[in-house]
Amino acid sequence: MSTASHEATDATARRGKAPAGERLADWADGRLGIYGLAKANMRKIFPDHWSFMLGEVSLYSFVIIILTGVYLTLFFHPSMQEVVYNGPYVPLQGIRMSEAFESTMHISFEVRGGLLIRQIHHWAALVFVAAMLVHMMRVFFTGAFRKPREVNWVFGFLLLVLGMFTGFTGYSLPDDLLSGTGVRFMEGAILSVPIVGTYLQMFLFGGEFPGHDFVSRFYTIHILLLPGIMAALLVGHLILVFYHKHTQWAGPGRTNKNVVGMPLLPVYMAKAGGFFFLVFGVIAACAAIATINPIWAFGPYRPDQVSTGAQPDWYMGFSEGLIRVMPGWEINLWGHTLQLGVFIPLIIFPLVLVTIAVWPFIEAWVTGDDREHHILDRPRNRPVRTGFGAAWISWYLILLVGGGNDLWATHFHLSINAITWTVRIGFFAIPALTFVITKRICLGLQRRDRDKVLHGRETGIIKRLPHGEFIEVHEPLPQDQMHTLTAHDQPEPLELGPDVDENGVRRKVDRKTKLRAKLSRSMYGEGAQIPKPTAAEHAEITSGHGHH
Amino acid sequence: MSNEDMSEENLPSEREHAHHGAVEPVGDPFADPGLPPHEPRRQDIDERTARRSERTVALLFTLSMIATVGFIASYVIFPIDKIVYIFPFGHVSALNFALGLTLGVALFAIGAGAVHWARTLMSDEEVPDDRHAIEASPEVREQVFADFRQGVKESQYGRRKLIRTTMMGALSLVPLSGVVLLRDLGPLPEKKLRTTAWRKGMKLINQNTDQPLRPEDIGVGSLTFAKPEGLSDDAENFQTVIAKAALMIVRLNPEDIKDKRELDWSHQGIVAYSKICTHVGCPISLYEQQTHHVLCPCHQSTFDLSDGGRVIFGPAGHALPQLRISVNAQGYLEALGDFEEPVGPSFWERG
Repeated sequence: MSTASHEATDATARRGKAPAGERLADWADGRLGIYGLAKANMRKIFPDHWSFMLGEVSLYSFVIIILTGVYLTLFFHPSMQEVVYNGPYVPLQGIRMSEAFESTMHISFEVRGGLLIRQIHHWAALVFVAAMLVHMMRVFFTGAFRKPREVNWVFGFLLLVLGMFTGFTGYSLPDDLLSGTGVRFMEGAILSVPIVGTYLQMFLFGGEFPGHDFVSRFYTIHILLLPGIMAALLVGHLILVFYHKHTQWAGPGRTNKNVVGMPLLPVYMAKAGGFFFLVFGVIAACAAIATINPIWAFGPYRPDQVSTGAQPDWYMGFSEGLIRVMPGWEINLWGHTLQLGVFIPLIIFPLVLVTIAVWPFIEAWVTGDDREHHILDRPRNRPVRTGFGAAWISWYLILLVGGGNDLWATHFHLSINAITWTVRIGFFAIPALTFVITKRICLGLQRRDRDKVLHGRETGIIKRLPHGEFIEVHEPLPQDQMHTLTAHDQPEPLELGPDVDENGVRRKVDRKTKLRAKLSRSMYGEGAQIPKPTAAEHAEITSGHGHH
Repeated sequence: MSNEDMSEENLPSEREHAHHGAVEPVGDPFADPGLPPHEPRRQDIDERTARRSERTVALLFTLSMIATVGFIASYVIFPIDKIVYIFPFGHVSALNFALGLTLGVALFAIGAGAVHWARTLMSDEEVPDDRHAIEASPEVREQVFADFRQGVKESQYGRRKLIRTTMMGALSLVPLSGVVLLRDLGPLPEKKLRTTAWRKGMKLINQNTDQPLRPEDIGVGSLTFAKPEGLSDDAENFQTVIAKAALMIVRLNPEDIKDKRELDWSHQGIVAYSKICTHVGCPISLYEQQTHHVLCPCHQSTFDLSDGGRVIFGPAGHALPQLRISVNAQGYLEALGDFEEPVGPSFWERG
């Protein structure tokens, strides 16, 4: 080792001094070993597809949030000390407000560019959560969560959940009338927790609502605790993306054992690096032209005041829907109250998110597949998974509608009672309906793929045969397309085998196995996938019989 | 690269050995044909087109520089309180608009330049790279397990039961200190949520005028908000007190009141109800004078003020608490005590 490095130094000495950049790199390598890392990663291959940039949008908006957030902390006072407003915004002059609200007014009206940074911060937060959700859907519908990426799926899911709560604690900080209403809602929800609810409430707020503590406590949670955890998860998420190498779509030359694409240096360095600026630029332009969270219009929070049409940021909308459509069930027994009308939504709220998060593990268990998967599934080729995902989205959306039931009522002149009842029924009916419809569409698309492979592409050329019949000429697909359309696996459903063994004794099959077989049949059995064309079928159709 | 060359490369026989791909049985029509040949872009074969791309990228980077200069200029030029009309955005802050758009352009142009550079000038040839199994080879696995067993053995963890037990005990007890420290996050609930600031003889103060209310101040169909006497807006704990004590006062025709107790607790048809919704605590603010319904704008719980504050729609679980009121010797409305039941959202100890 030492002789080798001596030789290297001698070589540089002979050639004269190396350029400064090289010397710096050598210095760093001698202490950090960066050449090993660079060798593995500098020319790392990434496949290209538009849907792979959704995760990048999340990453970049996170960076934007951190940058603008640090700036905001320079001016924001996380204090609930009451002050009288004397700033330049006339309508609020003389009004009592917390220092938190007052300093947010100061940022918006007295710090040059402060309003812009505040609005970039808030817009980026909305984009961040939205991009994470869409990115997660991309991963879900293409099966990119399968082995070896389950852990990264969980990391991503945790980032989504933490992102929602970081957003909630963040928009509560200015202590304005709108966000205070949201905090009150949270307080009411905590109170509904059986046995410990009042204790949790007192400990979180440092006494009765609203008290003088929640802004400073939320501040620590918002700028330190949650972002710290998220930064750690994010680093882990990215390390795993590099370590696993990116998934890719099926296609000619693309197998489960390779990754086809362009190198990190220079192509993705430029594309991904440039994309950061694109995202930042678009969000900055949004902040320039579209006002977000105009706290001066809401005024400071008072627990005895409220505005109509109060809405949380969009990512909390589905929890709002849950609380709005739940019937007001309340049980009073033995001197205790169980407020199911609030507690049940509080339980369903995490369950909605967990439902989609556990699917990869259920699917892996049912399928019993221990192979690594690096080729993405086309959503149509996994009708049950795709149906489930679509049902989940419809569930989420119907709750969003419920969360804005008052806005639907006022904008479309509908009865709020009718909307609430529609959402109540839709909560159960719409996901089921969506599942059935989506599954059928997937199967239809599979049939079309099968036809295309066996009969070729419709050319649009109509041919008249000698006996007068008109046919459309079909052109056989090129081999690369035929390969792409038939590259997916079609798992066999799990078979339980005969009820009795060879000695005529009844076999004991436990309930878990039975359930697994049942689920497996529903995922891969008859009616759950269209058998893909075989070489024999193709040969029979293309050999000599002419047209079809 | 001539056309003949291209067609030559496209022949399957050429591809067999020239490109990567899975080896499939001969004659399989679905076999992987391997990576298609790279098709050059115009920039790869025509230097003039490449030069045009170069100029486009440089133009975008220059635009970014200009926009940054514009950002700094806007920061200096526009006063922070200048409002201008800009179609179609309406009246906007000139500073915010100028800073945001110049910053947006400065950033976007860098991104657009970099992406254009990557797409038109950097090599777009797709190359394969091998994947390696994530899991370790069986030998490595064996080695790791052997090392682990050896390490555990050398520690004597398995043999020295006393050490193991006491260590587990110490490690599981020590986090308790942290939990105990959290105790002072807040007081215990005790009966705090059961009572409000209202007491017998307290006058009802109009929140708009800060004056005590007389029955004649309240007309049929109006909605008045009141707070307890002696609660000043600049009091240290105003927010926390008003969060429970806020009151809604309406006057009904006594014959419209369907609930007997409500009638008893009213004064000449004037009824006082808690303003805090029994669902999750929003202040109820919308009053429909014809039906005597009040609606919480947060989650649309609807209560009938002519029928004991009963819930008639929405997610609230129980009726609004009513405050018993009367008129004192000077002719002012006064409370006859605190609410009989806790106001606001339900909780476990409410009963």
